[in-house]
Amino acid sequence: MITIQGKGVSAGVGMGPLYFYRRATATISRREVADTVAEWQRFKGAQTTAITQLGELAEKARAEAGDEAAMLFETHQMMAEDLDYEEAIEEKINGEKLNAEAAVRDVAAQFAAMFESMDDPYMQARSADVKDVSDRIVGILSGVVQGGIASDVPVLLAADDLAPSETVQMDKTKILGFVTAGGSGSSHTAILARTMGIPAIVGVGDALKPEYEGRTVIADGATGDVIVDPDDMTRDRMLKKRAEQLRLQRLLETLKGQPNETKDGKSIRIYCNIGSPEDLHAVDVNDGGGIGLFRSEFLYLNSKDYPTEDEQFEAYRKVLSGMDGKEVIIRTLDIGADKQIGYFNLPKEENPAMGMRALRICLTRPEIFQTQIRALYRASAYGKLGIMFPMVTSVWEVREAKRICTEVKRALKKEGIPYDEHVQLGIMIETPAAAIISDRLAKEVDFFSCGTNDLTQYTLACDRQNNDLGRFYDPHHPAVLRLIKLAAENAHKNGIWIGICGELGADLTLTETFLAMGIDELSVSPRAVLPLRNAVRMTDTRESAPRLLEAIEDEYPAN
Amino acid sequence: MKTFTYTITEPVGIHARPAGLLVKEIKKYQSAVTIIKGEKSVNALKLMALMGMGIKCGDSVTVQLEGADEDAAATALEEFFKTNL
Repeated sequence: MITIQGKGVSAGVGMGPLYFYRRATATISRREVADTVAEWQRFKGAQTTAITQLGELAEKARAEAGDEAAMLFETHQMMAEDLDYEEAIEEKINGEKLNAEAAVRDVAAQFAAMFESMDDPYMQARSADVKDVSDRIVGILSGVVQGGIASDVPVLLAADDLAPSETVQMDKTKILGFVTAGGSGSSHTAILARTMGIPAIVGVGDALKPEYEGRTVIADGATGDVIVDPDDMTRDRMLKKRAEQLRLQRLLETLKGQPNETKDGKSIRIYCNIGSPEDLHAVDVNDGGGIGLFRSEFLYLNSKDYPTEDEQFEAYRKVLSGMDGKEVIIRTLDIGADKQIGYFNLPKEENPAMGMRALRICLTRPEIFQTQIRALYRASAYGKLGIMFPMVTSVWEVREAKRICTEVKRALKKEGIPYDEHVQLGIMIETPAAAIISDRLAKEVDFFSCGTNDLTQYTLACDRQNNDLGRFYDPHHPAVLRLIKLAAENAHKNGIWIGICGELGADLTLTETFLAMGIDELSVSPRAVLPLRNAVRMTDTRESAPRLLEAIEDEYPAN
Repeated sequence: MKTFTYTITEPVGIHARPAGLLVKEIKKYQSAVTIIKGEKSVNALKLMALMGMGIKCGDSVTVQLEGADEDAAATALEEFFKTNL
């Protein structure tokens, strides 16, 4: 038995014979052509075929893996018919009298080099697209059919790397999983594998030897383990794991569209945490009920200077209109501590986690804050917005932030710019101070949301970034849970709602406890929505609530 | 000739898809469309060249239109930029 460690990028267990993907490479001759007009026509013919094929692939990808996967082939299609690309090829054929295959190959290399030299990693990755499109055209010109899978039984497919068009074209009924030498979690193959639910492991390097071909291999996409010649025990263990995953997957599918309701009829809202408008698709696919935390930092992190009001407005509007009237809670700027941005010119601090961060920066430099608040209120006209302030410790901070909101609203009204009068204002409960004075804070705002990562860090005096603290950093510590419970009680006494948007929200071992506390909303990463819904629907709070609440106050079993 | 300027708000800038959609949009009009960023300018019908400009979020670009239907094209493109970029 040989175990190889790769990077798991699509969960699931695949087991079967290993098969190396063989690429049919067209050997290209370079020659001078006499009839350049005919050669140009030959290229145009192949180009048209390629465009048609790509259109069909886009539809196949849409059916198998959704719009995002289809978009990829639509992009390839646009490249194939691009004027710039075409003109460069025409120049090679007519000017240099080159044959069409060599002309396409040369031009592909030229554009690939241009993309590779760009400083943006997204654009660098486009060089693979140009090559992929060009290989297709060359393949059509030279009559080479791209590699299928020559096996009667389903296989575990190994390759150095796979182009997206290769991944989509393969017969999925013959693929138990992908293992590639190169690639990353954000590569197209990884994305496609995830959307199609095929286990995938990337980055195994040269550990997968050609002599392993045909031998039984298990790929565990959750852990990144590739096991060649598994022993009986390993095989049994992995088969059980696979059966369990399949069962869960099927169960989760049936939960789409179902309410988040316990057996005794208590319901809870399950929302999503997102970091940019691009995450909306994942929210939709996983049936998230709203956005409980939209981190606005990406606007600042992706920028060389302070993002303007208009830039921010457009991004917020995109998310609000994209959610189609469902609630969207946007957290105001939360930088400092582990998130530093050059142009803010923040002074170096001895202890940044306890320093100038989040709302503290906003209240110290109100011009930055006002710009964001104005952009948020302008966007509020396009959906159901909530604004949330991070890192609150005192009542005066909240009052000052609210005063700025009032000023912004007044100015907008004067200028005749539309906004929503009913934008909810809330705060993060992520410091012990905020939890302890939550009775007073609840009178100031419309909602609370517990940021459990920071709440744990500050309550237990444990640096989140310090991995050595291990068992000391315990988010289940009764001190943390008591603070959440206290905040929940004070929220409800004052008629406001409370949610949890930290990692603890998705911790299924605490779901019953949160339901017992009467938490109104859990905001989690999109992929955690359905497992959480499942946990909620299995709970009967009549049985568990009294016992769980008592456990937090009395002796907590873990400590 | 008509011109307008626009600051990109799309987080990843003018990436492949919006660039492709832009080319499609421009093909609907007869006017020649040039996109200018700093000293560089490009015929906006050329997808690869347009992507090669590396236009990012926060960059300000000038769009220049020239042709019989430049007024209608300018209105439509300005709307396109606001919606997609």
